[in-house]
Amino acid sequence: MAEGNGASNQKTMTIIVTKGTLDWAYPPFILATTAAAMGVDTTMFFTFYGLPLLLKKLDLKISTLGNPAMKMPMMGMHMAMPNWISAIPGIDSMATGMMKNMIKKKGVASIEELREMALEADVKMIACQMTMDLFEYKMEDMIKGPVLGGAATYMENALKSDVNLYI
Amino acid sequence: MADKMLDAKGLNCPLPILKTKKMLNEVPRGGTLEVLATDPGSVADMASFCRTTGNELVESTKDGDVFRFIIKHVG
Repeated sequence: MAEGNGASNQKTMTIIVTKGTLDWAYPPFILATTAAAMGVDTTMFFTFYGLPLLLKKLDLKISTLGNPAMKMPMMGMHMAMPNWISAIPGIDSMATGMMKNMIKKKGVASIEELREMALEADVKMIACQMTMDLFEYKMEDMIKGPVLGGAATYMENALKSDVNLYI
Repeated sequence: MADKMLDAKGLNCPLPILKTKKMLNEVPRGGTLEVLATDPGSVADMASFCRTTGNELVESTKDGDVFRFIIKHVG
């Protein structure tokens, strides 16, 4: 569909990435890589706990705390993870291990893999400067590709985008 | 016979789509790509991917647990 006046009709999307646990890292990277594959010009803005997803070495974990909807398949059943269970020492690393096993077994990509594919597909990544200062991260700790920016940088992108997501 | 072949069996969302997109780049315009997948979600996703990118989903069939797609590189 031609839009006239020479304006590009390429669709654009931005995602604000605010969470950095193993489970919550998936939605932004899955959507960004898929959007890019569908020809969408995609920008990811990494802020607060989402920022460490840009670190060279990822060590992602899940938490059983405050996640009552989390039910892990176990021996043909689904085991709930009530809040009190997170008081048991080592439970989070156990749950993380279980999750990583399931991810491998079910042919789900790793976050490292999706992140690599996002960069390959020219997904733009912005690292939140304020979060870098706040949590004392350095650009040399991060993968190559992201640029630094702030709220205004994000807004400039968001204002001209077709889809803006906050995850 | 399709011009290119992609075995995406055992892969889960979004890998079948991402690999399809990569492989389509290697198929000349007008050529076809055959994709095999076991992800049941790929049936709806492959159709959406083709509609959005302007490629033609020539065939979408199922043989046992394996889904087979033929995509014509148009877009």
